[in-house]
Amino acid sequence: MKEPPAHEKHGYEEIPHTADWALKVWAPDISGLLEEAARGMYALMGVERFYDLSAEPRQSRQVRLQAEDYEALLVGFLGELLYFLEEERLFFDPIRVKIQDHTLEARLEGRPATGQNKEIKAVTYHNLAIERVDDLLVATVVFDV
Amino acid sequence: MDLKAFRRVSDYEWEIPQTYRHDMLAPVRIFATRRLLEAALDDRSVEQAINAATLPGLAGPVVVMPDVHQGYGFPIGGVAATCFPEGVISPGAIGYDINCGVRLLASSIELEAVENLLPDLATALDHYCPSGVGTKGSLRLTDPDLDQVCRMGSRWALKHGQAFPEDLDRTEENGELAGADPAVVSPRAKERGRSQLGTLGSGNHFIEVDVVEQVFAPSAAQAMGLVAGCLAIQIHCGSRGFGHQICTDYVQSFQGALQRYGIRVPDRELVCAPMDSPEGKNYLAAMRSAANYAFANRQILAHAARQAVEQVLAGKVSNWHFRQVYDIAHNMGKVESHVVEGKKVKVCVHRKGATRAFGPGSPGLPAEYQSTGQPVLVPGSMGTSSWVLVGTQESMERSWGSSCHGAGRVMSRSQAKKEVRGEQLRRDLEADGIVVRAGSLPGLAEEAPQAYKDVDVVVETVVGAGIARKVARLRPVAVIKG
Repeated sequence: MKEPPAHEKHGYEEIPHTADWALKVWAPDISGLLEEAARGMYALMGVERFYDLSAEPRQSRQVRLQAEDYEALLVGFLGELLYFLEEERLFFDPIRVKIQDHTLEARLEGRPATGQNKEIKAVTYHNLAIERVDDLLVATVVFDV
Repeated sequence: MDLKAFRRVSDYEWEIPQTYRHDMLAPVRIFATRRLLEAALDDRSVEQAINAATLPGLAGPVVVMPDVHQGYGFPIGGVAATCFPEGVISPGAIGYDINCGVRLLASSIELEAVENLLPDLATALDHYCPSGVGTKGSLRLTDPDLDQVCRMGSRWALKHGQAFPEDLDRTEENGELAGADPAVVSPRAKERGRSQLGTLGSGNHFIEVDVVEQVFAPSAAQAMGLVAGCLAIQIHCGSRGFGHQICTDYVQSFQGALQRYGIRVPDRELVCAPMDSPEGKNYLAAMRSAANYAFANRQILAHAARQAVEQVLAGKVSNWHFRQVYDIAHNMGKVESHVVEGKKVKVCVHRKGATRAFGPGSPGLPAEYQSTGQPVLVPGSMGTSSWVLVGTQESMERSWGSSCHGAGRVMSRSQAKKEVRGEQLRRDLEADGIVVRAGSLPGLAEEAPQAYKDVDVVVETVVGAGIARKVARLRPVAVIKG
């Protein structure tokens, strides 16, 4: 999978976990963090390589989530993407989200994914904390696979 | 954390006292050899068990099995019993794959008689039992059908001609947990559930054809229909996207419950609510719906597996029938009666990566298992032995009627993929006489035997500790994976 160099302002990398998958994600702001987490999750599942560039028209889905904190928004948003992938076979790119006052709004544009290498069962809250490190927001998300 | 924190109870049992950390509400009891315990300290599994010991309303020690490994929130291989109904229930302590479990079927087909037909049998099983990432089954349930599956579990499959009555007799809770209520399951979970019944999924789920290699307890093996040298079939899977979504929904909605009930947990994945609260009651009813879905799922897969067997072996051997040995959950929350300090009390036993292991004479066991104890099915890692054990009186007294569920991972999936190539692994397995049908070679590599503990050592530990007894060892001859 893609592993951006650490000096980049936003990115993700897989980190070891005995049984499941864990992803370290970083970005300058909360919207960027959720967008990177989404890209990282798609990469973990190996969805990209089946991306059908010829599929038209693109399909759009509206997502609106409210939560008590950013961690809950992160888990909820990734859960939405898992649902659309499993149930409607939809893969979104590009991903842009707007977050204001713990409310997330996103209009997602996607095309059908024809397959994926691996399945993620769920996004967990395990040791999940979004922390500010210098000028970046950083989080580690653990997935149940 | 080092070994000094543990009190050695025996060669196979250790304890972390409640005083080890200020927020613990009960001790942690670990079944392990010294070597397995040292290995467990390499990841966060023991820390996760200590975190589990902070759940409000615990009725006694948190128990940890020798196949333990780090999970999310609660360790895989952990058992926690909370007082019913005032104690808490925690969705994360049961897991996303609600009622993931194992079913074992046995036959009197001698391996020698059908060895040349194994490739055809593996191909037929792969064809009849849908597996793989994102795979949907041939069933498309209507809303009323799905509601019936949630309430009836395996009995729904029986009603639709996909079970024998004795299959249900030989399933934990007869494949039908009481108290399920599909009304508290989200529309999204139902959407995922409608198309996935009768599918295996991917990851570590599998169907395996085994040969009974060695019998240790002849009378128990006879009661189970296990004959040395004859074939058996194992099916390992759970409640698919239906259960994953139910757990996801309730972990999310329980986040607010912590504050409402003044509960503090050291990890948000351990969120919980009292079982007598509206939140707790709803989760119990939803979780039981997923449990029944999983029982029906394994029943339908067993029916499909029998059709595959019939296609390949009918007319080639005189008796090609596979009878059910048992079907057992290893991710589940169950309200059971246990004896605590001499008194019989009702508790909710959370088992996550742990198998119920009721001893002889326990309620709910079919007549033929009353004297042997309940069959405990312990699949090994791919290509290695699996075990059939039975529960004991000791398991009732020391482990909330529970035992181990498998080998337990020691290597991350990414590391396994780096160290093992799927194609090479398939060649190695085939060189050992194991037929392989795999949907994904990288997926196969992640499940390589090197990524797991030695299941034989895990079994020796639970047997040494007295919480299970050996009945038979199985050796794989064909593996089907998504």
